[in-house]
Amino acid sequence: MLEEEVEEKRVFKIPVGPQHPALKEFENFTFTVDGEKVIDVDFRIGYTHRGIEKLAESKTYIQNLYLCERICGICSAAHQGCYAQTVEELAGITAPPRGVYIRTLIWELERIHSHLLWLGVAAHEIGFDTLFMLIWRDREVVMSLLEMISGNRVNYAMSTVGGVRRDISDELKHKILKGLDVLEERTKYYKEVCMKEQTILARAANVGILSKEKTLKLNAVGPTARASGVDVDIRRDDPYGAYDEVPFEVIVYDTCDVLARILVRVDETIQSILMSRWILENLPSGEIRTKFARKIAENEVLGRVEAPRGELLYYIKSNGTDKPERLKVRTPTLANLLPVAEMLKGGYIADIPIVLAGIDPCFACMDRALFIDENSEKTWVWDKEQLRIYSIKWYKEHGKEVVRERWKQ
Amino acid sequence: MPVPGTLEKELLSHISKKPATEMYPFVKVEVPEGYRGKIEFNIEKCIGCGLCSRDCPAGAIEMVEDERTKLKKRPKFIYSRCLYCAQCEESCPREAIKLTREFELADYDKERMVIDV
Repeated sequence: MLEEEVEEKRVFKIPVGPQHPALKEFENFTFTVDGEKVIDVDFRIGYTHRGIEKLAESKTYIQNLYLCERICGICSAAHQGCYAQTVEELAGITAPPRGVYIRTLIWELERIHSHLLWLGVAAHEIGFDTLFMLIWRDREVVMSLLEMISGNRVNYAMSTVGGVRRDISDELKHKILKGLDVLEERTKYYKEVCMKEQTILARAANVGILSKEKTLKLNAVGPTARASGVDVDIRRDDPYGAYDEVPFEVIVYDTCDVLARILVRVDETIQSILMSRWILENLPSGEIRTKFARKIAENEVLGRVEAPRGELLYYIKSNGTDKPERLKVRTPTLANLLPVAEMLKGGYIADIPIVLAGIDPCFACMDRALFIDENSEKTWVWDKEQLRIYSIKWYKEHGKEVVRERWKQ
Repeated sequence: MPVPGTLEKELLSHISKKPATEMYPFVKVEVPEGYRGKIEFNIEKCIGCGLCSRDCPAGAIEMVEDERTKLKKRPKFIYSRCLYCAQCEESCPREAIKLTREFELADYDKERMVIDV
């Protein structure tokens, strides 16, 4: 009887989220935990519903360029570029080769900055702040390159319907190539660190396992899927932009854990640097944009690109006016939500921050965690920072045996 | 094989280096050529066509009456709403609008955040 009571008291429900001011997609996770182990995960989405799709119906195709760009702050170029190329398809026009190449260059530079940002965040989540600071310092290189090309660090506003808005001069080209050299050297160094450093291996190897079968079943996308051995990349499978001409490798790891997700992203960053260099060296000459009639006849198109986080999908329907009748967006984080729930099951509470961060979501949702003891109805509140500190502390106490156990497998 | 302290060499090499932190706002930051900052409007070139106002995604441009232009109208920029996309600069057929490198635009009063000539 007594034992049963104790057993019962061990099971808690932890709601995490939903609010955080810095988050793009608010999520509310409810973790059912038994002692330190997570046994079930439930989530609710829809907290950041901003009515963007409805708003897009009342704006013209030109105005929507800047609205779509603001759906996501990190992958703004992917959103804007995807919207622009979908509208081009809708209107039946093609962008000139130089425009397409510059657009692809922006996509790849953005992937570099997004992946470096994620690497820094991952290092921060496991308490490795030195690496976080170093990576973010070097990320400034690519940020200033993008600022030089487009005129802004975050919202580049480079793509437009029918091409791109700014050209790349020869002088700028040399500056970008120089910056890419720095980035390549640094990224290769970080790859070495990630593969060797004990701090990372102890927290990332064999954590947050998502098997290949589950990945296929739950439709994970992007680096999350590629880290679980699923060879899928829209850039190769359904080439758009200049990707049918640019040589690149699709990075696939099959260890299915957080370490694989780290290495996939580091390797992709190196690939992106090589691709950017290739694009700059093989930049075709000519126009950067074509003219575009403001009204589009009745039509519907589904467009997709490989955003830094995975497959990004746009559906646009036109009705003969200068405004779309329907605009539908599916972001990669939505596709990766079910897989992340699967990854968390069976893990420790202390692994929640790094596993959740592992899919590169809009992660700050863990701002407020409310702990409810179901029996005594005692409640207390945790925010994301406390959970992170708790996880680092927990690993300091229990780390050795847990890591030893993991490496035995 | 995992080893602790792989960053040691890197960290030691930083002893002799300057900090990477930008000392903004004590030291001004130079933004590159072509930066999209505060709007500069030239009334002499404006013809009052209203294309900028039609294309503005944020509704930051209002057309107001003005005798000086050809079509008796001119844009009024409310830059507290502006998202600095530079679409107006692109849409203008007479190059009357230009985005400058000025970026410190915060203000206590919304009424003052207007470009009116």
